[in-house]
Amino acid sequence: MSHLTPDPNESAGSAYDGLLEHHEVAGDSSQWAFGTDFEDPLAGVDTTVPADVDPAALAVYCLMLGDDALVMSHRLSEWCSRAPDLEEDIALANTALDLLGQARLLLARAAAADPGVVPALPEGSPVPAEDALAFFREAGDFRNVRLAEVPNGDFAHTVVRLLLFSSVRLALFEQLASSSDPVLSAIAVKGVKELAYHRDYAGRWFLTLAQGTDESRHRLEEALRDLWPLYPELLTTHPVEQVVSEAGVGVAPDSVASAVEVVLEQVLAVSEVDRPQGQPLAGVRGRTGRDGLHSEALSRMLAEMQVVARAHPTGRW
Amino acid sequence: MSGQDFTAEGGHGAVPLEGVPAAKAGHGSEREWPLYEVFVRGKRGLNHVHVGSLHAADDEMALRHARDVYTRRNEGVSVWVVQARHVAASSPDEKDPMFAPSGDKVYRHPTFYSIPDDVPHM
Repeated sequence: MSHLTPDPNESAGSAYDGLLEHHEVAGDSSQWAFGTDFEDPLAGVDTTVPADVDPAALAVYCLMLGDDALVMSHRLSEWCSRAPDLEEDIALANTALDLLGQARLLLARAAAADPGVVPALPEGSPVPAEDALAFFREAGDFRNVRLAEVPNGDFAHTVVRLLLFSSVRLALFEQLASSSDPVLSAIAVKGVKELAYHRDYAGRWFLTLAQGTDESRHRLEEALRDLWPLYPELLTTHPVEQVVSEAGVGVAPDSVASAVEVVLEQVLAVSEVDRPQGQPLAGVRGRTGRDGLHSEALSRMLAEMQVVARAHPTGRW
Repeated sequence: MSGQDFTAEGGHGAVPLEGVPAAKAGHGSEREWPLYEVFVRGKRGLNHVHVGSLHAADDEMALRHARDVYTRRNEGVSVWVVQARHVAASSPDEKDPMFAPSGDKVYRHPTFYSIPDDVPHM
C-alpha cells in the first residue's frame, strides 16, 4: 500500500516547495528523505480461514484480543491533551494508535472467520465489519479483560496498567507469531514490535516513579495495589482460548504466565517495589471479562465511544 | 564578535545566555526539564537533519521522546539528541559579517555542471 505524498507539481504550491526546489528529481519518490513508505501488515498474506479450526472459536478468540486492544486504546486516548506534558501526551497517543491498529485487524479477522458475530446494520449501510463490531455491540458482547476497562486514574495508574497489559500481550504475541493462521501470525509479528516499545515505555516510567519522589512512589504503589487484583485474569485461559490453542491457531495465556512473571519480577526488583498481596478480583458465577462480564465503567466508556456512530448507522466516514 | 555568548536554547536559533530576564528562582521554568534539540536521519541514507526540540529529564528520556514526537510519521531510522545549552550559536548581530561575504561568489557553486537525472540528494 503506498501512501499519498503531496503532489510537488501542483501549481497551487505547498509547504514542501522550498524543499523541492533543490531536487531535480521531482515526481520520483526517491527524493523524499522522510516518511513515504507505509506498509500493509497483511500484504501478500493468505487470508483464507484455516480449515482445521472451528471458525466460530477463531472469531471469538479474535474478538478477545481485538477488544483488549480497542478498550485499552480508548482509555489511553482519553489522556489526549491531559498528560503531564506534551511529550508524554504524544507518547500515550502513539501507544493508543498502535493498539487501535491491532484492534482493527483483529476485529476484521473475527468478522471474516464468522460473519455471525457482526451486529446487523440497516440495509445499505457502508459501515465496514470491524467498525460495526467496535461501535454497535453492547458491553455484554465485549470480550476484553477487565484490566483494560477500569477508568483512568493518575499517570502512575496508567503506567502500571500499561506495564501489566503490555507485558502479557507481548508474551502472547511472541507465541502467536507462529500461529497456523497466517493472518493472526502477521498481526502478531507487527504487534510484537509495537508492544515491545509499550512495555519498555511503561517499565522505564515504573522505575522512574518508584525511585523518584515520595509522592511519585506513593502514587505508584497505590496504583499497583488497585490494579493487581485484575492482573490474574490476563493469565487465565478461557475455554475458547484452550480450543484455539490446541488447534495451533491461538495461545493459551497460562502458557506464557511464567515468562511474564520473570519480566514483572525484574521490574519490581529493579524498582525496589514489593509484589502486592491482593487476591484476584472474582468473577460472577465464574464469569469474567472474557465471558462478557464487565464493570459498569465499560458501559459508560462505550456510550461515549459509540454515540456518534450509532446516531448515524448509514453514515460514511 | 559582540562579546556575548549565545546558545540555541529555545530551539529557534541564537538566544543570549546572559543579561536576559529569567524566571524567579524556584518557579516555573527552573523546575522544567531541560531543552533538547532533535536530529533525525531519514530512510534514504541522508545526514541527520534538525527537526525540532523537546523537553526531557535526561538523555535517555530525550531519545524516547524524540522517537515519539518526531518519528511517528515513519520519518526516521536514526535519532540524535543534544541538550540545547551545548549548542553554540552565531549571534543575529553578526549575521552580515558572518554570511554576507559569500553572497556574490557565484564561482563557489558547482552550478555550471549539469547533473544526471539519476543522481539523487544533490
